[in-house]
Amino acid sequence: MSKITRADVANLARLARIEMTEDELDHLSSELSVILDAVARVQEVAGKDVPPTSHPLPMTNVFREDENRPSLTPDEALSGAPAKEEQRFKVPKILGEE
Amino acid sequence: MIEKSATQMAAALQSGELTSVELTKAHLARIDEVDDKVKAFLHVDKEGALKQAENVDARRKAGEKLSPLAGVPLALKDVMVQKGIPTTCGSKMLEGWRPPYDSTVVARLKSAGIIILGKTNMDEFAMGSSTENSACFPTHNPWDLTRIPGGSGGGSSAALAAFEAPLAIGTDTGGSIRQPAAVTGTVGVKPTYGGVSRYGLVAFSSSLDQAGPCARNVLDAAYLHEVIGGYDPLDSTSINAPLPPLVQAAKNASVTGMKIGVIKELQGEGYQAGVLKRFNEGLEELAKLGAEIVEVSCPNFEYALAAYYLIAPSECSSNLARFDAMRYGIRTGEGSAEEVMNATRELGFGKEVKRRIILGTYALSSGYYDAYYGSAQKVRTLISRDFEQAFTKADVLVSPTAPTTAFKIGEKSNDPIAMYLNDIATIPTNLAGVCGISIPSGLAEEDGLPAGFQIMAGAMKDDLLYQVGAALEAALLSKWGAPILSGAPKLGAK
Repeated sequence: MSKITRADVANLARLARIEMTEDELDHLSSELSVILDAVARVQEVAGKDVPPTSHPLPMTNVFREDENRPSLTPDEALSGAPAKEEQRFKVPKILGEE
Repeated sequence: MIEKSATQMAAALQSGELTSVELTKAHLARIDEVDDKVKAFLHVDKEGALKQAENVDARRKAGEKLSPLAGVPLALKDVMVQKGIPTTCGSKMLEGWRPPYDSTVVARLKSAGIIILGKTNMDEFAMGSSTENSACFPTHNPWDLTRIPGGSGGGSSAALAAFEAPLAIGTDTGGSIRQPAAVTGTVGVKPTYGGVSRYGLVAFSSSLDQAGPCARNVLDAAYLHEVIGGYDPLDSTSINAPLPPLVQAAKNASVTGMKIGVIKELQGEGYQAGVLKRFNEGLEELAKLGAEIVEVSCPNFEYALAAYYLIAPSECSSNLARFDAMRYGIRTGEGSAEEVMNATRELGFGKEVKRRIILGTYALSSGYYDAYYGSAQKVRTLISRDFEQAFTKADVLVSPTAPTTAFKIGEKSNDPIAMYLNDIATIPTNLAGVCGISIPSGLAEEDGLPAGFQIMAGAMKDDLLYQVGAALEAALLSKWGAPILSGAPKLGAK
């Protein structure tokens, strides 16, 4: 039985950048334990000799010509922005104080 | 007129018996009449639809040669971007967002003169099997309004079954086109991976996501598939090869001498008796038409669901990182960028989306990666090998599409595992990148609700889906005497 603790979920939520209520942490830790037990079955057949598949198509390095083509105008690109200034996305402070 | 097939509507438009404006107005009126009960649409673009229809009528009047479905209306799943039209993916996160560009699918629909009526409801970011995970409201199954219309594309399937649109677009990551088709008595196709462009499709699980056609019959789906399918340089996973002739395959509905493989592992325990009965009747019809029915075994399919619920959440945890409150979508909270992100993602994402992001984050985290995500990728290889083996014994493979008919709204919403089991028969095709179709197999005796018959074919053999699907559909239609949807409740009587 996988045991996912509340602290584990809190750490995962921090990594995934989702603030979570106490209630959500409680719920998710018990649900996740059950789900992980169910999906852990994949380990039964995943032998060392089996290569992994990440993608259904046998494609590598799809290139295109490096040429100009029509694209969004700055106004279009910014049209959905929660905040903007001087043709740029306006974002909250990213780095802490020095 | 609204109960006719898209092909019949197109013929009436071509003969001048009907205009696209009339046809569009009839569908908009139907939406007005029934959608307060069905709740298939998140947004109806009346003005835009009528403008497109006027344009098609004018071009036809001027003698322009138009594509076969020109002037016929369609419902678009809200995961596909359309310039200037709200696109929410059924999430609070994208409330109010109007995309600045058209997806390739939308661009192709527009250039074919297909009228886009509006955007249909879905499980948030296409995660779910019932459309109950929509942040807006659940959609109701036209066969029984207390039941789910399938998911994630429940809005599209319900719109078809309620005659709100003759055609729709869906996307299928683990069954989101085929399972809704099965439980609403409609037709849905998951094309070969890479067969329809993903450009402008909001990503959930990029190695599994595939857009495809939804319709009320096989031929209509084939016409729509030919409009949206084919190589697109804007999608680097698009297959650079011509589509097989799909409409021709649907018209050449013959199975004589074909080998049809019944997948042993996709029946039995967990499958509703009435669903299996209709499935077996479908097999009998195919045998009568001259197909040879063989049993095939795909022993690793029993691990498909587990592999899927590691791979899809892993990819989604990465894909949905784009919703960071900086470039589009909602923004809430105070303080640093990280604090704003945390608060916005807490508010914007619903329960199932959070559950999958956390699960995916776990499966990808160092120390667990090999045991979970890595093992799931190996299972994916084993499932592809099972398909390869099976396709040496049969031209197409078949199974029930979903193990049960539509369940009640609310019945499974607190049990994620029970909900996930709905996709047990549809997930293997996504993992292997092959194609599948669901067509109605009849009504299950115990509840009178539609069941689906799934046909699967190898990569880029989508034509076989249409050939076999159309043959079975014709045989069942002559047995029933009328299309399955003629038995659905009439929702119109206000």
